Amino acid sequence: MNVVITGSTVLTQQGEQRLDVRISNGKIIELSESIKPEVEDQLLDAAGCHVLPGFVDLHTHLREPGKEDSETIETGSRAGALGGYTALVAMPNTTPAQDSIPIIDFVRAQGKRAGLVEVVPSGCITIGRAGSALAPLADLARHGVQIFTDDGSGVQDPALMRRAMEYSRDLGITLAQHCEVSALTAGAVMNECSCSSELGVPGWPALAEELMVHRDIELAKLTGAKIHFLHLSTAGSVRLVREAKREGLPITAEVTPHHLSLTEELLRTFDSTFKVNPPLRSAEDIEALRSGLLDGTIDAVATDHAPHVRRDKELPLDQAPPGMLGLETALGVVLSTVPMNAMDLAKVMSINPARIAGISDRHGILPQVGQPANLCVVDMRAEWTVDPSKLASKSRNTPFVGRTLRGKVRHTVFEGDVVVKNGEAQR
Amino acid sequence: MNREIKVASGKAVMSGPDVSRAISRIAHEIVERNQGAHNVVLVGLQRGGTWIADQLAERIAQIEPGLNVPNGSLDVSMHRDDIGLRPIVPGAISDIPFDINGAVVVLVDDVLYTGRTVRAALEGLNNFGRPRSVQLAVIVDRGHRELPIRPDFVGKNIPTQINDEVEVSVDGVVITAVQS
Amino acid sequence: MKHLRSIGELGKEGLERLLESTAQMAEINRRPIPKVPALRGKTVVSLFFEDSTRTRLSFETAAKRLSAETMTFSVSTSSVNKGESLRDTVETISDMGVHAFVVRHKSAGVPWQISQWTSASIINAGDGAHQHPTQAIVDCYTVREALGLTALNGLRVSIVGDIKHSRVARSNVAAFTLLGAHVTLVAPPTLLPANIETWPVKVAHSLDDVMPSTDVLYMLRLQSERMDQGLIPHLGEYSNRFGLTETRAQKLQDSAVVMHPGPMNRGVEMHIDPADLPNSLIHKQVANGVSARMAVLFDVLARGGELNSLQEESV
Repeated sequence: MNVVITGSTVLTQQGEQRLDVRISNGKIIELSESIKPEVEDQLLDAAGCHVLPGFVDLHTHLREPGKEDSETIETGSRAGALGGYTALVAMPNTTPAQDSIPIIDFVRAQGKRAGLVEVVPSGCITIGRAGSALAPLADLARHGVQIFTDDGSGVQDPALMRRAMEYSRDLGITLAQHCEVSALTAGAVMNECSCSSELGVPGWPALAEELMVHRDIELAKLTGAKIHFLHLSTAGSVRLVREAKREGLPITAEVTPHHLSLTEELLRTFDSTFKVNPPLRSAEDIEALRSGLLDGTIDAVATDHAPHVRRDKELPLDQAPPGMLGLETALGVVLSTVPMNAMDLAKVMSINPARIAGISDRHGILPQVGQPANLCVVDMRAEWTVDPSKLASKSRNTPFVGRTLRGKVRHTVFEGDVVVKNGEAQR
Repeated sequence: MNREIKVASGKAVMSGPDVSRAISRIAHEIVERNQGAHNVVLVGLQRGGTWIADQLAERIAQIEPGLNVPNGSLDVSMHRDDIGLRPIVPGAISDIPFDINGAVVVLVDDVLYTGRTVRAALEGLNNFGRPRSVQLAVIVDRGHRELPIRPDFVGKNIPTQINDEVEVSVDGVVITAVQS
Repeated sequence: MKHLRSIGELGKEGLERLLESTAQMAEINRRPIPKVPALRGKTVVSLFFEDSTRTRLSFETAAKRLSAETMTFSVSTSSVNKGESLRDTVETISDMGVHAFVVRHKSAGVPWQISQWTSASIINAGDGAHQHPTQAIVDCYTVREALGLTALNGLRVSIVGDIKHSRVARSNVAAFTLLGAHVTLVAPPTLLPANIETWPVKVAHSLDDVMPSTDVLYMLRLQSERMDQGLIPHLGEYSNRFGLTETRAQKLQDSAVVMHPGPMNRGVEMHIDPADLPNSLIHKQVANGVSARMAVLFDVLARGGELNSLQEESV
């Protein structure tokens, strides 16, 4: 059975074109102005929509194994598909952590079983993310792991990080850093700012991120290793990365939708939905992150989708775990906050993250005959209101409750199969 | 919420001199009833009754030279039976700087209406001691009693509508009809 | 007023109303029988997740003098130790028919969280280093009473000590500032919050310098754990610079008053026995605590609610 997308504007290497798309056996087999569907073809109406390469999230916490009450690989995959994603990089801070081949295999297998997106496991830089000894980077790399991180925390010891970068240089992998000098953020609840000082809660200073960004830029210079900066959140970090890229260093960086849109002031409500790590920052930081994304300093938008059960998020603010949902709202938040055309969007949501994750042989490819059919069909102008009860994620901790967003996913095609049709998950 | 609207300007039912004469007469009656008022103390109810108690004390001193009747004030807001049903008038403070045990307490207020303020006052007085007896003096008795309470000394009985507002001051008594 | 959670939420008008009302309550407390029936039939629960005998007793005394029923929930004997969540605890107690919770918790913001889970009123008796609004009401009342002032315009208040971790400081800065006083914070920079320049205060790092120009000297308790956290090198050094010694006390103007929210750390921030200070208000602060908390309970439980907007009847 073929899939035929009709009425769409397709983003091709030649730009936006009014084209229909025919998909067969997981590949795009025809792109033309008018495709006459066969009776048995599955039709996807895409009038007014763009066909884009399926989105790739560099930063998803799927919680399985270990915290299946907040998310599973299946529910997270479904949320991803509904958000237009065809690949999710699964963060390694599971229990047990993704630092060995059996766990990597488990995560991949669960992803395959759900069959909604490609689940791409990341590996740990250090064993158990404990920050003391290197994980088997080479074994895992040979097993197909392309991106390594201790996300949830940064590698604190500069000597260990230097060794990781030296060791990884020849493996063709990317190290991704969660930049936080933890000695400066003990007990931190939110950005260190006049608001934290008024609320009497420990602050998370911008410096704690920028010091590690600076350290790792210098280490990249020293070792020549590729480094990716996760969820940049401060104006100072954007400046540091911009300068380093000017020097031609092999550095990439991502920003989350929430750091592009929400400020620290939301913590005045004491609602732990707004507690996230790194924390929501100031309006000036948001401005710097947006311009960093537009001028290419920041390569990708990544969700840092971090589901938590209600019970945990109802703890007092200083005890509640940080993190917020992101997969189903990312597109809407990005289009509502940063001026972007279809090509800009495809770059930061799909093409660049696929390259960073090392999966650009099958994801992040502009639609072309013969290429794998990992696509999303989005209405870039459709407005919708976020209703947490309608989210596919197992958790409800979205900070965008009740907000009206512009930009909605209509269909998602993963490996040639329609996994989302008219905004409804098909499996 | 319905805001009540005053539909007519007030009607004066007693003049300033009328009020003053009523206070004088009540002072005489208090002295007469209590055979000289040696054991009498005055307690004006916050806030409308306090100035009247002050004037009564002055008149009694004129009637019975050398007799300074102790004069205090009582705020009954904490003793009311309708707390939460009506706004609280803040800031009136009770001040009874004398012993009321065994004394004849004359409660003084401007208007006697439902009787609930007086009931609250009787209860409030208990916090200060046990008077030998309690008497009640008011300038206006406007009727509509909801409790078995009657005044001992009255300036004037004035029939009113239930919604009327009655204002007593040194300048006289004014009744304003109020419509919901 | 539905809740009392912070001085900021209360506002100037509310603060002044409560100060007036505290005076009324103080009169009740001077009566031979200091008990009125105002809150008959109301139930007040003290929900203390952090020990504080003084504040809890002060609230419970206040509630009893207004004839409210009181219940105490203390963490040591409760099911919180069996893993019950804050929400379950609040909802369960709330179901018993509670009109107000008096809440103390070591985490900032808990009173705001709790107010989403119950229709009862919430009175903040201290949340983390955030707010302790009834203490500020007590303190402002005590100053007004002692100095015979109604407005505090231009009054120079110096708050000395661990501002960073102090809910008393945060509430008092807000309250004194609302009433027109000028607040100076006196502390080593490590005991001041970040971004202090955004606060409506002056900052000084030498207690000696501010003594002569202080009308109200407010000493805060210094906890010895601040030394373990490396925020000050040594208690002795802190004490030398910021402790109230006899010599230092002599630099105060004759009219200046000294306050402390208690409990005092003798030999750390207080070297001088407050009994030896001519103008110590420390005992008055405790005594006025009951009156101020009566005012708050009455305001929340008797003045609140939509019935409030009924027109006043003539009586």
